[in-house]
Amino acid sequence: MEDPRPLEHRQYAHCESGVVTALLRRQGLDLSEPMVFGITGGLTFAYIPLIRITNMPLISYRMFPGSIIRGAVKTLGVEFKTKRYRDRQEALDELIRLIDGGTAVGLQTSVYWLPYFPPEMRFQFNAHNLIVYGREGGEFLVSDPVFDHTVRVMAEDLQNARFAKGTLAPKGFIYYPIRIDSSVNVQAAIGKSIKRTVHMMLYAPVPFIGVKGIRCLARKIERLDPHKDLRAARLFLGHIVRMQEEIGTGGGGFRFMYAAFLQEAGRLLGSAPLGEASRMMTEAGDMWRRFALACAKACKSKTADFDLREIAELLRKCAAQEKLVYSHLKSEYLSTSKTE
Amino acid sequence: MKVSEIPQDNVGTMQGEKKALYALDDRGIYTRATTSGWEAEEVVLTQVIDDFNEKAREAALRVRTNETSPVEYFMYKRWMDPLTLAQATGLFRWQVKRHFKPSVFRRLADGTLEEYARIFGVSVEALKNFHEED
Repeated sequence: MEDPRPLEHRQYAHCESGVVTALLRRQGLDLSEPMVFGITGGLTFAYIPLIRITNMPLISYRMFPGSIIRGAVKTLGVEFKTKRYRDRQEALDELIRLIDGGTAVGLQTSVYWLPYFPPEMRFQFNAHNLIVYGREGGEFLVSDPVFDHTVRVMAEDLQNARFAKGTLAPKGFIYYPIRIDSSVNVQAAIGKSIKRTVHMMLYAPVPFIGVKGIRCLARKIERLDPHKDLRAARLFLGHIVRMQEEIGTGGGGFRFMYAAFLQEAGRLLGSAPLGEASRMMTEAGDMWRRFALACAKACKSKTADFDLREIAELLRKCAAQEKLVYSHLKSEYLSTSKTE
Repeated sequence: MKVSEIPQDNVGTMQGEKKALYALDDRGIYTRATTSGWEAEEVVLTQVIDDFNEKAREAALRVRTNETSPVEYFMYKRWMDPLTLAQATGLFRWQVKRHFKPSVFRRLADGTLEEYARIFGVSVEALKNFHEED
């Protein structure tokens, strides 16, 4: 592998795709964040009532933490060194050895323990990704992809953040690319990844993933009873919007990033259907924004007379629009391109 | 969403930071842009924070009347519920709930107190001698 370039800090829309994009670029594989997000199959929708997060169901607009790293291994032929630890001190010693040796590493951390986050954002969320690229005195130099500037973290805070317990506990998870394949066939990888995403979103064998999952959530919204428990109904609607995590605009953020991926892929492959799919996905993102706005309005409402059926209908429109996108990709793109 | 349509609501909770996102430029090409926050997101964030703060205030009253322990107060103050706190400390939820009892709390082992203090970011002293935070 060629000598790594110095780490250039950039701000990204999402932590995991941002870290992977930055680490790959440093090794000479220069892809955009949307390309990394799309090609590793980062998009999804999941509504899983059985998994609780502070007593609310898990709702996710993107794949589970770690899947972009795994996706990069699978689709881009990148080899990552990954490790989890039992021993905090061993994890710290190894981190210091690596960065002193000039390696920039990705770490999984808990936002709760990172003092540079605004206090209102420091919830117990254990799957935040960042890059450590150096140290000075007792502080680590951090390139956090969701910030537009680099930051510093005291060793003790970083240790707490790496060894936070609970759901998705990082257990000191560290990762960095050790081999990249600069001759990787990006065009073939695009086709394969779109096929995977389309199949998951249209045909997931469970009712809470993909387009079906969005409809499932719409039904749940209709069953809320604000006249019986206004507070619970409001908190549930707010939760749906909050689960978009650090990426903005009410669940639309990941849709816009996927639309950016489809557009870039379309230009790269000279494929008009991909360009069309990008425009359709942009519309889906805008619908998610309208839905989020309606939820926020209901949250602000002093009375229980907001119309849940109307809100659920907005969500069904998102489901219908996304179904159009995936069906279009299936019939106009996947059926005509050679993908395994 | 076009770049010109990106909300720039300068929301308080972002403390002047900006978030990146992708939007369409004038030529219809996706580009990376930034937002100073969206009011709709701020509404749902402050909603849940207000909810926790309300619970913390109410817990503080019950600490003073010796009906609960500071553990419950700091739990809400740090935006956790019993399950989240149990996971963060490595305890069971029933243990955390039991530690809400003032009589049990007073007899807690130093190690347990230290772990709570670490999670809450306060000293053991501050945990034992309760004062409501700002």
